[in-house]
Amino acid sequence: MSGRRWWKGSILTTAAMVLIALGVPQVVDQFGLLQLTVFAAMCILALSLGFVWGYGGILCFGQSAFFGLGAYTYAVTAINLGESTVATLLALVVPAVFAALLGYFMFYGRLSDVYLGVITLSVTLIFFNLMNSTAGDAYRVGKARLNGFNGMPSLPTLNVPGDPGRLLDPAETFYLVMACLVIVYVGLHVLLASHFGRVVVAIRENEARCELLGYDVRLHKLLVFTIGGGIAGLAGCLFANWGAFVSPNVFSLTMTSQIIIWVIVGGLGTLLGPIIGCLIMQYLATALGTQQLANTSLVFGVIFLAFVLLVPRGIVPSLRRLALRA
Amino acid sequence: MSDAILQTVGLSIRFGGVEAVRHVNFTLAERELRCLIGPNGAGKSTLFKLLTGQLKPTAGRILFRGHDITGHHTHAIARRGIGIKTQVPSLFDGLTVHEHLWLSARRTHPAERTRAIADEILERIGLTAVANGAVGQLSHGLRQWVELGTVLAGNPDLILLDEPAAGMTHDEVARTAELVREINRTHALIVVEHDMQFVKMIARTVTVMHQGAVLVEDTMDRILKNATVRDVYLGKHGGS
Repeated sequence: MSGRRWWKGSILTTAAMVLIALGVPQVVDQFGLLQLTVFAAMCILALSLGFVWGYGGILCFGQSAFFGLGAYTYAVTAINLGESTVATLLALVVPAVFAALLGYFMFYGRLSDVYLGVITLSVTLIFFNLMNSTAGDAYRVGKARLNGFNGMPSLPTLNVPGDPGRLLDPAETFYLVMACLVIVYVGLHVLLASHFGRVVVAIRENEARCELLGYDVRLHKLLVFTIGGGIAGLAGCLFANWGAFVSPNVFSLTMTSQIIIWVIVGGLGTLLGPIIGCLIMQYLATALGTQQLANTSLVFGVIFLAFVLLVPRGIVPSLRRLALRA
Repeated sequence: MSDAILQTVGLSIRFGGVEAVRHVNFTLAERELRCLIGPNGAGKSTLFKLLTGQLKPTAGRILFRGHDITGHHTHAIARRGIGIKTQVPSLFDGLTVHEHLWLSARRTHPAERTRAIADEILERIGLTAVANGAVGQLSHGLRQWVELGTVLAGNPDLILLDEPAAGMTHDEVARTAELVREINRTHALIVVEHDMQFVKMIARTVTVMHQGAVLVEDTMDRILKNATVRDVYLGKHGGS
């Protein structure tokens, strides 16, 4: 992580994101704007795994657990309170706290990487099955019916803090989601350049050496996992807002494997990679959804395999290498 | 024993039927330099792993400046002031030499001072030229120095060196010996080494281990003349 290039790249990316955020609503129609809003929300989700896995070296197969938890927390709280500010905050805090608890058992129990993958995947699938079976009147939290596999429709969407009657319009929502994306991206950059972040990267490189230098590996991993959980929760909240709807699919195997594909395709160990990977795959998914020649999941599987075998570093690191050689 | 930096009492570890370290009573004074020798499998590296908390003893105690650190976590022991250069250099292959020193020094120093320490150590181990190169691409001899420098940057009170001269040329060995003597002016050290030339260059007191136990402890001259030690090294079944 040689200092100057690291910052130069991040400043360029940030500038590009700000330009897109400001420029796009002027040139695209309502439908395109909604599309880009969900893309940006998913980019935040991709960043959360890119951070946890790419920098923390924690192979989390169940990042969707925190995403879904964020979405459901928002849904339940917003319905009960009739406004979105507290719901948004809780959608960050609840997944982070849950990640901290889960992480405590995994890291302080010294589980190996393989078990970590298995456990996190199981957790998201448990949530998937749990939420699927909450159909009927019996399953409600306060005023909010969970509705099982049907999902929770017509959620109250984001309002201006302190003014529940003033809802954000699509352009405002887009600005907000883009602002969140920029904040998360820049925040992770700053974090990774800090003492804490440099230790996190060192842990990924060699855990034993970090311990021998006096760094508590378990604590660092726990913090990374917790931060990642909170960011995924934020993405979940924005996603639930986008469609004013949340269903158990946020916890599904399709969802969780998608996040992994974004990160693999874009490039592990970068922050720009997961964003690029997420955009490309989301665009593809939309395009493939409009035709019936090939099944989307099948195409995704093929792309995933192709990347693992042919471009294992992912797009961004491979391009960087080419650029350095040229 | 109040001036002892390190003391082990009846320290043992058993792997199944093998007792890799057997009832070791070992005392090291402040600023002492001790060489630890013995044939392969004598338990030297295992002893180091016990001292740094990488392995938990099945019996016995470890005292560091009078504090019982038996069974403490590796990072907690490191924080107390024990640093180790492992037998096979344990490094961050994707990171630069400078980053290694930075990470080590930064734990106990503010950012400004850390940079100064890193530069100073780079100078001292003679690696300023490769400071920004990835460690994974360095030769074994250079990697040894990177690890030594990383340990030094953390400025631990007790430094354990496991085969610091392995894989080095004659000149490099001489330079390492000089460095060890220099470190010893301010720090206590335990050095495990097979290269007897190197041991001769630095040793005053030598502890010989054999089959997990301490065989003898004496000055270098007397060790070299000791018949039992010679038998152990030549493979005769001596042992005490």
